[in-house]
Amino acid sequence: MKLLEINNIKKSFDDLEVLKDISISVEEGEVVSILGPSGSGKSTLLRCATLLETMDAGTMKYCGEDAVTEVNGRSVYASKQDLKRIINYFGLVFQNFNLFPHYTVLKNVIDAPIHTQKREKGEVEEEAKALLEQMGIGDKLDYYPCQLSGGQQQRVAIARALAMNPKILFFDEPTSALDPELTGEILKVLRDLASKRMTMVIVTHEIDFARGVSDRVIFMDEGYIVEQGRPEDVIDNPKNDRVRAFLNKLSQ
Amino acid sequence: MAALLVPSLLTSCSLDDKSGLGWFFGVILQLSEGMWASLVLFVLTLLFSMPLGLLVCFARRSRFKVVELIAKFYISIMRGTPLMLQLLVVYFGPYFVFKVALSTEYRFYAAIIGFALNYAAYFAEIYRSGIEAVPKGQYEAAHVLGYTKAQTFMKIVFPQMVRHILPPVTNEVITLVKDTSLAFAIAFVEMFTLAKQISATESTIMPLFVAGLFYYIFNLVVSYAMGLLEKKMNYYS
Repeated sequence: MKLLEINNIKKSFDDLEVLKDISISVEEGEVVSILGPSGSGKSTLLRCATLLETMDAGTMKYCGEDAVTEVNGRSVYASKQDLKRIINYFGLVFQNFNLFPHYTVLKNVIDAPIHTQKREKGEVEEEAKALLEQMGIGDKLDYYPCQLSGGQQQRVAIARALAMNPKILFFDEPTSALDPELTGEILKVLRDLASKRMTMVIVTHEIDFARGVSDRVIFMDEGYIVEQGRPEDVIDNPKNDRVRAFLNKLSQ
Repeated sequence: MAALLVPSLLTSCSLDDKSGLGWFFGVILQLSEGMWASLVLFVLTLLFSMPLGLLVCFARRSRFKVVELIAKFYISIMRGTPLMLQLLVVYFGPYFVFKVALSTEYRFYAAIIGFALNYAAYFAEIYRSGIEAVPKGQYEAAHVLGYTKAQTFMKIVFPQMVRHILPPVTNEVITLVKDTSLAFAIAFVEMFTLAKQISATESTIMPLFVAGLFYYIFNLVVSYAMGLLEKKMNYYS
């Protein structure tokens, strides 16, 4: 089943065309990595998919439900009510975590399920504790984010996203704000999630990780998808010159 | 002869007494009514101007240009003209515009209204700075987690704003303690008005020093209380 289906998305900031014509779909249980140089539109694509940015043209469906349709070549968003339901289908993990600094670790994780999904507090709390335990920070429930390392904060952020029970989880360069050691921590968490068949779309610069964990790799450049396919094809035997040049530079 | 002597005796007596502790407490007693009035003016001004400031702040940040412009104009008038003048306008305005007779109680209301309107403008700008200091990522995280706009403000933005604004709010509150003395402009009997009167009738500067001491101690208490509050809000970071 297709969890996400984006067709012919276009997005400009003033005169700058960031996404030119991108279509992407994600199957249930699939792990997709998006690679590409800075400014290629990876983050913008993710932000459009998570409704943080409005797209100019193109359509988007989550689990078969229309989030964005197209009328006369312009994107039209679904009603507020529909979007409120659709927003529960996905979660997003940010590059710089964006935890709520005034909430403890536990409250960061349980507040949204209780207050936006109206779920029962006891049940949410049990689930959150199990999630945090699984992330290796079960002993930090009463800590504030500022008392944690970057890697721990990012794990809280992942637990916060998972506590909403999303069908698909987006990661926007989840390790870019972390040093190599902490990066390893987070990549391990992502591998665990992948092994549990969590559907994920990951924007990353960690090529080895992408090769190891992804079912499919998408390479973006200048607002287009220039190559996509199995990681061993795209990363190890790229057909496109731009991809080859980028990967060469990274491996130097 | 005796009749002439008695007053001069009295004056010399009271002159002697002016250095005494009894006289000092006498002045304080006389001033105490004014202290109470200043305190009431202070508390009521904060009580009204702080929520009003939040409304002005919302208006100032409104996506409707007209609302934003009105708020901007309001703030610029309130900050750009003397508070004393504003008090006079609030107090005498009804008489000159509507020919309403001025009652003495109205002095009290006029003082509260004038102060609250003025301080709301300053608080609005302080709130705005506090809200704008909350990173964009906080709104984005809240959005992705499905919080409504109202929930995002109440649960995520407001608590962080409060922490940001405590130092400038302390500044403003301290200024207000001293600004209450401006109410003398509309003959509202507060501490400073009394101190000046006593000083004039008794021809001594002592009551003014007592007044100064009152404001100073008042502000020590304010700074201390705000310091505690800041510490309490510092539970994170």
